Amino acid sequence: MRVSFLYYEECPSHDLALVRLREVMAEESISGDVEVIKVEAEDQARELQFVGSPTIRVDGQDIDPPGDASYVLTCRAYRLEDDRISPLPSKDMIRHALRSMAGSRPG
Amino acid sequence: MANLSPGDKAVPFELPGVDDRSHTLTDYADREAIAVVFTCNHCPYARAWEDRLIDIQADYAGRGVQLIAISANDAKKYPDDSFPRMKERSGEKGFNFPYLYDEPQDVARAYGAERTPEIYVFDKDGTLRYHGAVDDNYDDPGAVRSHFFIDALEAILGDREPTTTQTAPVGCTIKWR
Repeated sequence: MRVSFLYYEECPSHDLALVRLREVMAEESISGDVEVIKVEAEDQARELQFVGSPTIRVDGQDIDPPGDASYVLTCRAYRLEDDRISPLPSKDMIRHALRSMAGSRPG
Repeated sequence: MANLSPGDKAVPFELPGVDDRSHTLTDYADREAIAVVFTCNHCPYARAWEDRLIDIQADYAGRGVQLIAISANDAKKYPDDSFPRMKERSGEKGFNFPYLYDEPQDVARAYGAERTPEIYVFDKDGTLRYHGAVDDNYDDPGAVRSHFFIDALEAILGDREPTTTQTAPVGCTIKWR
């Protein structure tokens, strides 16, 4: 399983989001490194189809697929299970994505 | 780095609001405390704290507290922060405070604001008594340990010095042109 973490330095939640991602991976017994990508320029944001920080992808799939968002250096809003807006995904969102991708892989 | 430090006087301004009225700081000169909040539509930190700001305004309006929200972001780069979208956001959320558009970004620069949200709380004499974050947890309102903004309001209303007069604002950077 390939897990990528893309972030924009000016959004302060990225450290906590990365910690949260690694915690969930450990809890789910998913080994392997997280590919951490620092997005620093608008061109890079477009190239990586980066819709905001933090973005987590599992095997290239966004854990919370954005709608018609543009590719720009910005902070990302996540709508949590209780409908609150947060600058970072919940552990349950991350866990659900990891389990979904694990379940869809050929055994 | 904010241009204003605790003890400094508020910088006057006149800005258009989502109610299509012009608002000045002196419009609210009779209030016991005024909180100038630099915020915006698109930033998840600003949005995470929005409901708390609405609640604080509702809870403290009767005690003479007035919040004034200002968005200064460059709407060309961030269309969600345009004036029409500000009007929509205010309506959707039911903002119970003025939401003003600092299109030239002069007010944000004068205050030295850097983040959204970033709060400046003034007493009835227009003296800055608190600057920084709303509280210490953007992610979970139920896990807040330090209610900086509320504590500052209580101190001002009780004619005391706030225990905390400055914190580092946490949020998106203001999007300068």
